[in-house]
Amino acid sequence: MSQEILATYPNAPNRFDELIDANGEPRQHWAPFVDRLEFLPAETLERRRRFIQDSIEADGVTYNVYQDPAGQRRHWQLELLPLVLDAEEWQPLSEALSQRARLMNAILADLYGPQSLIAEGLIPPALVFGQHAYRWPCQGIVPPGGIFLHHYAADLARAPDGGWWVLGDRSQGPSGSGYSLQNRLILSRTFPDAFRDLQVTPLADYFRSVQEGLARFAPTDGDAPLAVLLTPGPYNETYFEHTFLSRYLGFPLVEGQDLTVRDETVYLKTLRGLRRVHAIYRRLDDDFCDPLELRSDSALGIPGLLRAARAGRVLIANALGSGLLETGALLGFLPAIAQRLLGEPLKLPSVASWWCGEEPALEYVIRHFDELVIKPAFPSMRMEAIFGHQHKGESRRKLIERIEAQPHAYVAQEWVRLSQAPVMSHRHKKRILPRSFVMRLFATATPDGYSVMPGGLTRVSPREGDEVVSMQRGGLSKDTWIRAAAPVAKNTLLKSRLGVIDLICSGTEIPSRVGENLFWMGRYSARCEASARMLRAVMARTGDIGDEASEVLPLLLQTCWNLGILPAPDPEADNQEPDLEPALLAAVSDPAIPGSLAGNLSRLFFAASQVRERLSSDNWHALNRLQAMLNKPSEDFEEALETLDEAMQEAFALAGFAMDDMTRDEGWGFLVIGRRIERLAVQSQALQTVLRADSHQRERALDWLLETGNSIVTYRARYRRAPEILPVVHLLAFDATNPHAVAFQLENLRRYLFRNTRMLGQPRPLQLDIAADHLHAFDLTRFEGRDHEAASRELAELLAEIESAAYEVSDELHRQYFSHTAQAARMGGWQ
Amino acid sequence: MSESIRYHLRHDTRYEYDQPVAESHQLLRLVPRELPGQRILSHRLDVQPAPTRQNGFVDSFGNEVRIIDLELDHSELLIRAEAWAEISAPEQPAEAILPWQQTRQALTYVAGKRYEPALLDACRFLFESKHVRVKREFAAYAGECFGSGDSLLSGTTRLMGRIFEEFTFDPEATTVSTPVTEVFEKKRGVCQDYAHFMLSCLRSIGLPARYMSGYLLTRPPAGKPRLIGADATHAWVSVFCPPGRWIEFDPTNNLQPALEHIVLGWGRDFADVSPLRGVLMGGGSHDPEIQVTVVPEAEFHAVYGDVEDAPTPLLPGID
Repeated sequence: MSQEILATYPNAPNRFDELIDANGEPRQHWAPFVDRLEFLPAETLERRRRFIQDSIEADGVTYNVYQDPAGQRRHWQLELLPLVLDAEEWQPLSEALSQRARLMNAILADLYGPQSLIAEGLIPPALVFGQHAYRWPCQGIVPPGGIFLHHYAADLARAPDGGWWVLGDRSQGPSGSGYSLQNRLILSRTFPDAFRDLQVTPLADYFRSVQEGLARFAPTDGDAPLAVLLTPGPYNETYFEHTFLSRYLGFPLVEGQDLTVRDETVYLKTLRGLRRVHAIYRRLDDDFCDPLELRSDSALGIPGLLRAARAGRVLIANALGSGLLETGALLGFLPAIAQRLLGEPLKLPSVASWWCGEEPALEYVIRHFDELVIKPAFPSMRMEAIFGHQHKGESRRKLIERIEAQPHAYVAQEWVRLSQAPVMSHRHKKRILPRSFVMRLFATATPDGYSVMPGGLTRVSPREGDEVVSMQRGGLSKDTWIRAAAPVAKNTLLKSRLGVIDLICSGTEIPSRVGENLFWMGRYSARCEASARMLRAVMARTGDIGDEASEVLPLLLQTCWNLGILPAPDPEADNQEPDLEPALLAAVSDPAIPGSLAGNLSRLFFAASQVRERLSSDNWHALNRLQAMLNKPSEDFEEALETLDEAMQEAFALAGFAMDDMTRDEGWGFLVIGRRIERLAVQSQALQTVLRADSHQRERALDWLLETGNSIVTYRARYRRAPEILPVVHLLAFDATNPHAVAFQLENLRRYLFRNTRMLGQPRPLQLDIAADHLHAFDLTRFEGRDHEAASRELAELLAEIESAAYEVSDELHRQYFSHTAQAARMGGWQ
Repeated sequence: MSESIRYHLRHDTRYEYDQPVAESHQLLRLVPRELPGQRILSHRLDVQPAPTRQNGFVDSFGNEVRIIDLELDHSELLIRAEAWAEISAPEQPAEAILPWQQTRQALTYVAGKRYEPALLDACRFLFESKHVRVKREFAAYAGECFGSGDSLLSGTTRLMGRIFEEFTFDPEATTVSTPVTEVFEKKRGVCQDYAHFMLSCLRSIGLPARYMSGYLLTRPPAGKPRLIGADATHAWVSVFCPPGRWIEFDPTNNLQPALEHIVLGWGRDFADVSPLRGVLMGGGSHDPEIQVTVVPEAEFHAVYGDVEDAPTPLLPGID
């Protein structure tokens, strides 16, 4: 019974084929799947392929490829056909992988402990001390339960004789288990019947083992364990997987700055205070984890993490320093090590390899160059694998010279002819083609030993005959189906339907970083709005516009300097009046100028991008438009004024979204508080400057005050006459119904600070209360009489008090909710 | 009993920040090591403002590390380390006159080779590290000093002499992050650069060598009194001499340390034994102001006046 679909499928003589045997017949465990393919019309297969594509896009499954035009957020590639393995073959393979994980853990324990493997000559010192991946500060640390390796993965290939070989080990933070699960979620829906009929083993139990393993080994001191997933952030190639695993496992996704170490204990900084973290599932490389003891320029790590590890107060999966085992140079030493450490023969062989640091091995490599692949002994060397047979003559001579100069830095591996698996052709209807593949298998530590994921991430080369399989180089992935010996029960960690108990009214635990970025979003949006208004007012009064208007210019400039909207002139510089026009243009569009609108816009953008998942898409569009504005510097006043108008529009839009669009949870309050604090400070400062000016200048500046306080319309509607000091001061400082007035900000701030205290429990900062009381008590009738000069001065003092109180509250909120630190220290000093 | 001398050591570090720092964590390697030729009679550490917490540990190279944590706003940080140390002259190991190749041979890996503890320890100082490179050009430079019949002592002494002759001491030429390859090109630098270059040469020809961090007694100009803060931290190297000894060399001064070098600690290079290393939240970092004062016991009162800080009774350190 030969199927049509196999008629065009070639049989490679010197390779193993997963689908067919040497006679071109489908292997027994594939037969039901091949029958189904035969039966399905080409259109159905095409529709299923589109289904996969759509699912990947809908779920946002991405894989970031470095140095690729599509680059960031490139869609994940999942091939239509699964790789099928049967239970008989899987059982021993899974046991062998579990043994290998156990061995790797034992090696780490030895190399970061007594180092008897080196003392006994079983591992050359160069492969440990000569590696950057050996983390000296981790020497001597014993992790909870003696488990260094919680997550382990190996890349396997099948040799022509049908045996499996390990090509490489992943011991630091193996990626791919999340993608495997995502592949499974999609492919089981693509071929639901085949999936059921072939009795494919589900993956959920493996992830339950991951959860339980971390919970059981974590030092909890009796608490309910809190595990987090530590990511380097959205720029990482596998960021999607981090977010996916975080949701699936129920571990909050955190970045380094979300965590802090106090008293050798790791805490998650949340708006409700510090919460102890018992286990960290990390996807951040060893070197970046602790800037205090590891790479000091790492902004992604947690200062003091190593100390917490040293004190045994936190489980880190995998233990810091575990990247050491990713060197291919160790492979050749493993059989002897397995005998020594486990007293067992190594069940899963590695591809034959020769570490060139040994004299006889180097000689062998030079003699058999055509049959070997040359690789760096240390992953930190970032060198591509070199196929010996592709280098002849001069190029080979140079290569060998390079190896001889530093032999311990190179390892040679046998050139394995990878086995092939079928993929669906894109060009021909309903035709399957053979492709080389590599399969990544996963194991996780449990109290009962290592548990192996019944499945894996199979990656196929993009072109026929290609020997290098890498997602970074355009490879495709496949779901890996392990057929169970008996029927399987349906099982998943995802609930099929939510019940009332699952309903969530607000995020339970909001990280401090989210609150902090919302707070700064609030402050920067208000600051951008204010500086756009001020700059517009200054520009309108610059140049040839008559005496009266230009008379107030010095006062406006003074306000802008005080607020940092324009850089204050250097008092040391010669008296030459600096050219105002370029300074103003730079203050609009040069982000390098401190306090410039462009600089504040980009800070606003940064803060917003840190809380991206909380913003609606409309909100994002407003932000994107703001950023686009940054990219076209203004050439003259006309363009600059246009930019300022646009910036104000977008700032309004942002404020609108904040009020109408966002869920009013604990984080939202900080956005509002940030806006109010900033507006309070700006308004107080502007009023102060005018109140301190002489009476002549003061009168002329009232127009401008109303303009920058966006209160012209209200003033005209109320008084129908030219601005006078008393009504202007009332409207901008005392009128609590005017959303631009000082009193309005004070009242609102007080309300939201109360709300914070009620929701989050920290004491309310009181700095503004006294100032608010003083403002309340101020007698406005003093502006009517002779006393008005003194009244102006006093009010200015009061506003100065309010302004600095606003900044103090900002600092206090930082300490209470974001950095979780204490107030100022008193210095002693010595002689 | 060999000749010995007592020193008072003071190492002050002062940081000033533009903006208040809310959180700061500092690792201090400021406690001199207790060694066969170096007794630490007392030591103490003062930190202002008072740290939120402090504790310590012994690092992978056996150096004592103190940790201080500040979790409160501060715009200045003062750290003062003081110690009394008694130094006696080291003895040259008898094996130093054996051919230098024997040292290299003792460490070369062959399958199944056993490494005794001292040898295993030496292996840690045989390879590249952050500031030390193993390169053919360094091997060639060192090779000219190590003739085939030379002893370890004479080869290393010749290498030290060559570096001393060919390099110019120049604090302006380099920074802490100048790579050793550039130091080699310029042939200029400070004691740290001299040490990193000599280490690169030694390791490039297969000799284990470690970076020594410490202090050096300086001599005030003729007729001038010894001044507080006139000294600096110093760096030199020590080379492994099988079966288990190390011999020190100071390439900046072309001499073998005897009674005037005080050891703080050692590592593969500066990065392992930096006296201060820290992380700040906020602030804006500046280079600290550092003052080191090394005073022989006989001159203590002349320098510090009549303060009651004599070597005995022992001062309690902060532990």
